[in-house]
Amino acid sequence: MLKDIFTKTKKKKYATIPSETAKQDVPEGIMTKCPNCKKIMYTKELVKNLKVCFNCHYHHSMNSKERLASFLDSNSFEEINANMISENPLNFPDYIEKLEKDREKTKINEAVVTGTGTVNDQKIVVAVMDSTFRMGSMGSVVGEKITRAIEKADELAVPFIIFTASGGARMQEGVLSLMQMAKTSVALKRFSDNGGLIISIMTHPTTGGVSASFASLGDYNLAEPGALIGFAGRRIIEQTIREELPEDFQTAEFLLKHGQLDAVISRTELKEKISAILSIHQPGGDFQWQEN
Amino acid sequence: MAGELEFERPVTELKKKIAELKEFTKTADVDLSSEIEKLEARLEKLETDIYENMKPWDRVQIARHPARPTTLDYISYLFEDFFECHGDRAFGDDEAIVGGIAKFKGLPVTVIGHQRGKDTKENIRRNFGMPHPEGYRKALRLMKQADKFRRPIICFIDTKGAYPGKAAEERGQSEAIAKNLFEMASLKVPVICIVIGEGGSGGALALGVGNHIHMLENSTYSVISPEGAAAILWKDASQAKKAAESMRITAPDLKELGVVDQIIDEVKGGAHKDVKTQAAEIESVLYNSLRDLMSLSEEQLVDHRYNKFKSIGEYSFLKEFIGVK
Repeated sequence: MLKDIFTKTKKKKYATIPSETAKQDVPEGIMTKCPNCKKIMYTKELVKNLKVCFNCHYHHSMNSKERLASFLDSNSFEEINANMISENPLNFPDYIEKLEKDREKTKINEAVVTGTGTVNDQKIVVAVMDSTFRMGSMGSVVGEKITRAIEKADELAVPFIIFTASGGARMQEGVLSLMQMAKTSVALKRFSDNGGLIISIMTHPTTGGVSASFASLGDYNLAEPGALIGFAGRRIIEQTIREELPEDFQTAEFLLKHGQLDAVISRTELKEKISAILSIHQPGGDFQWQEN
Repeated sequence: MAGELEFERPVTELKKKIAELKEFTKTADVDLSSEIEKLEARLEKLETDIYENMKPWDRVQIARHPARPTTLDYISYLFEDFFECHGDRAFGDDEAIVGGIAKFKGLPVTVIGHQRGKDTKENIRRNFGMPHPEGYRKALRLMKQADKFRRPIICFIDTKGAYPGKAAEERGQSEAIAKNLFEMASLKVPVICIVIGEGGSGGALALGVGNHIHMLENSTYSVISPEGAAAILWKDASQAKKAAESMRITAPDLKELGVVDQIIDEVKGGAHKDVKTQAAEIESVLYNSLRDLMSLSEEQLVDHRYNKFKSIGEYSFLKEFIGVK
């Protein structure tokens, strides 16, 4: 009932357990409930705030499309290798079907979107991983697209910026997934040796093989608040060492404390901060000696 | 027989039977020599049948065999004047990785490898061959040293994987592995990697960015252990055998996938049956590999490595364009 929205919650006379349908009675799309502080807010407002909760600053996850829209100058993005798709090199059962289902669901062809664009008029090559496609896992296509993006940055002599979001290597492509870690790192090294600037922004989650390759190889390694970042899974570690891990283990803040990151940056400030870093890397900057 | 594996039980049982018969003929008055001959012929056939038709899971068992030769075993057969170097110069010395300088048939080289223990006590000291960040950093320090003195680098890969521990994460396990992949890319000397046992995930790859990658016939190389894969894919670690089959982790699989350059033949039944012969087998592959790579210039070596990894992976293109725009 519409009027119920405006009436203050009355003290309940008896305990109620909301049914499964009642739990989801917030209309899909119009309102969003923050999974962290449980506050309900208008989706439109939330999106305008780059999906950062007004109340607790929780960073809701973004897909590649939202990320590009929030970070690049409008209409500056030009995608490359958009239609590269995965094969099934191990003949893994159901893999092709799963890929097709995710392509249908996400309207992208793989777990990373790459291309060129500008940030406050500074040209870059950008790669954005998308955790809605196969958990952002890295198989041959993700490795190849990222490698080609790095090569593109090298060719254009512009900075390479990557937003990581990945559960790690893609199991269904076995050792070929593992080798993508080497492929991307080898490409980054060549780019770096040619003087290329690499900025890695780790978003929730950045784990496994992705964290142990390009995500950690930026000249600047940055992360969004609260992002889960680590190599081994929390459960595996707990089982191995037989002790409970601290609450903040493998969060961006934990990594910052242990010297693994340059900074944790709120999404609402990200574009300006990255823009400033890019500007500092302009050859010579805008410095001029003053006349006496 | 100690260290007997399940799939080879028929062989050991038959061997036992033949031995018993032989023992019996010594004391008894009957001539069983024709029976023994027959049995021996059967044994030979059985051995060929079993050892030449090994399933992936059988190979996993051999790769994990407690008596399987380790990096230090091979070093003692293959190199002279091995001098072990310790420590990463930042935190500590990780004994799960050993490394140092040596001579291979007189040629100065740097040798690095994962090191498992032979018994429980040594395994605890060496953390079962599962490195911490300081292990990768020690390896990288030695590789850079090799680069400075223009010595080829030989890496032996033999680990279940990076150690999933709290301290390893705190000290930047991800960064340490990533940095090795990154820095190995630009080494101006030949890098030859040989998988001698288990090649598990990032922990293995951190010593694996080579110009040539060779694999012992019964070793494995994979993105995750069969147990780990089963746990992720089917939420059931006990399906490891099934995972080992579908993940394609054996040497012939990796050759076919274009990751591995050469498969090094193993002694029948596995390297542990005859370390000396196995070492000689590795020696000849290593020699040829070095000869090929040392004819390349520094720049060619770096390009060679770039192209090797660039070519790994399978993909295709959709005809229609579907972008995010």
